[in-house]
Amino acid sequence: MNEIFRILEQDARKTPKQIATMTGIPLAQVEEIIKKGEADRTILKYKTMVNWDRLGEEQVWALVEIRVVPQRDVGFDAIAERIYRFPEARTVYLVSGTYDLAVFVVGKTMQEVAGFVSQKLAPLEGVQGTVTHFLLKRYKEDGEILEGEEGPKRMPIMP
Amino acid sequence: MEKRDLISKRVRDIPPSGIRKFFDLLASMEGVISLGVGEPDFVTPWHIREAGIYSVEKGYTSYTSNYGLLELREGIARYLKARYGLDYDPGSELLITVGVSEGLDLAARAILDPGDEVITPDPGYVSYMPCTVLAGGVFVPVPTTIENDFQVKAQDIEKRINPRTKAILLGYPNNPTGAVVDRKELLKVAQVAERHNLIVISDEVYERLVYGVQHTCFASLPGMKERTILLNGFSKAYAMTGWRIGYAAAPEEIIEAMMKIHQYTMMCAPTMAQMAAIEAVKSGDEQVEEMVADYDKRRRIMVKGLNDIGLTCFEPRGAFYAFPSIKSTRLSSDEFAERLLIEEKVAVVPGSTFGQYGEGYIRCCYATSLTEIEEALKRMGRFVKRHRA
Repeated sequence: MNEIFRILEQDARKTPKQIATMTGIPLAQVEEIIKKGEADRTILKYKTMVNWDRLGEEQVWALVEIRVVPQRDVGFDAIAERIYRFPEARTVYLVSGTYDLAVFVVGKTMQEVAGFVSQKLAPLEGVQGTVTHFLLKRYKEDGEILEGEEGPKRMPIMP
Repeated sequence: MEKRDLISKRVRDIPPSGIRKFFDLLASMEGVISLGVGEPDFVTPWHIREAGIYSVEKGYTSYTSNYGLLELREGIARYLKARYGLDYDPGSELLITVGVSEGLDLAARAILDPGDEVITPDPGYVSYMPCTVLAGGVFVPVPTTIENDFQVKAQDIEKRINPRTKAILLGYPNNPTGAVVDRKELLKVAQVAERHNLIVISDEVYERLVYGVQHTCFASLPGMKERTILLNGFSKAYAMTGWRIGYAAAPEEIIEAMMKIHQYTMMCAPTMAQMAAIEAVKSGDEQVEEMVADYDKRRRIMVKGLNDIGLTCFEPRGAFYAFPSIKSTRLSSDEFAERLLIEEKVAVVPGSTFGQYGEGYIRCCYATSLTEIEEALKRMGRFVKRHRA
């Protein structure tokens, strides 16, 4: 059953009919499982990975490390929620190690991102400090290699 | 002075490859989707490549023992024990070969005297006939048909046995049909081999690529270990086709004979390939399972797609080939393949390439991306409509 979600995660455009053929699970069951998954948030979103560099549209990403004073009773959750409510904070993780929250921030320019960090994130109550790393080059994202040469080709006909 | 034939009669008598002309045609075309490939579309897993690179870096560039690195033979012995309960002595019953191709050549040359006959299913892999003939043997094809899902029948083999028969050559899971023979029938073949005191050469290079069935290792059948030359390799399971690395497992006397030829003609398999193979047999399993699961999905799409467009295809349970019938068109296998390539830019291999019982079929490889498979099926659907009988 999880196979259905694995297939959709790789290619959201696979139809239930194709998925039914690929997995051997009856079509009606596939459709039901997908419908249920959409309803109960197993499937959070269908999306397309776009390589914006090819379109020439500027986007600046930064990984912001945030050190936080955890609150009594709620731990990190409350502060994490205050951060992730900002649309600029695209990804928010609680991590182990030398800092607490890893936040991926996006903006149109470095100034915009830096401004967001310094004016919206850093001053939040409970935030002890932030370190901002601007993303300089994306090699691979979510399993997809962005650039890179085409690999060697196979012999097209072989017995 | 009389003009001499430069080329030996034996080689002249081997018919030219049925697919040479497709190479040339393809070379002149753009935008072709090829279902005619014969190898995985995965690259050798990185940890295996890394082991090969490391061995070159560290200077492992000299010959190994003719038998191959002991560590590799020990790894293979462990593998065969774990999967099939077979006990091969790594010191004397295993030989590392330059791909299964060399293993096949060595096996034929080691056991065949001039005129000895070898019975093998038709259609079958293109090398079986030439290797038999080049070793001086006589090639005896036994037909397999769609009625039996292209599984060979023991009784059909037995019908063709005579005092000159030396060996049965099996290749399952099968190239080109994708057929897997069930254990019950293989047991009957084993009984035939025993009754007539025959050697069995079992090419099991697609052993890991099975879907919904268990692969039966021929050597693991009762009484068969002492008369089977088991050929296997790393090309298909670990996507190591270009490395040229395989192995033969057989009784000591046979391995010694094969090694005798190998030591003079090849010396040893490439050292860096052997070192990479050690890594493969040690920790390659997870990737193999992932690859098989991926192929399974594509197999289902391919087989359903072929049936949907009117090319009846039995369900192949092994390797990565579908072998549909083209009888719904007015064309021979060769004509179908050639016209399909020219008209729709899809390459397949005519079934007749693999034997006379492959006529009326084409081989479609699904070791290619789903996108390509789906596009190819669309184009083939148009083609079949145009040429319907």
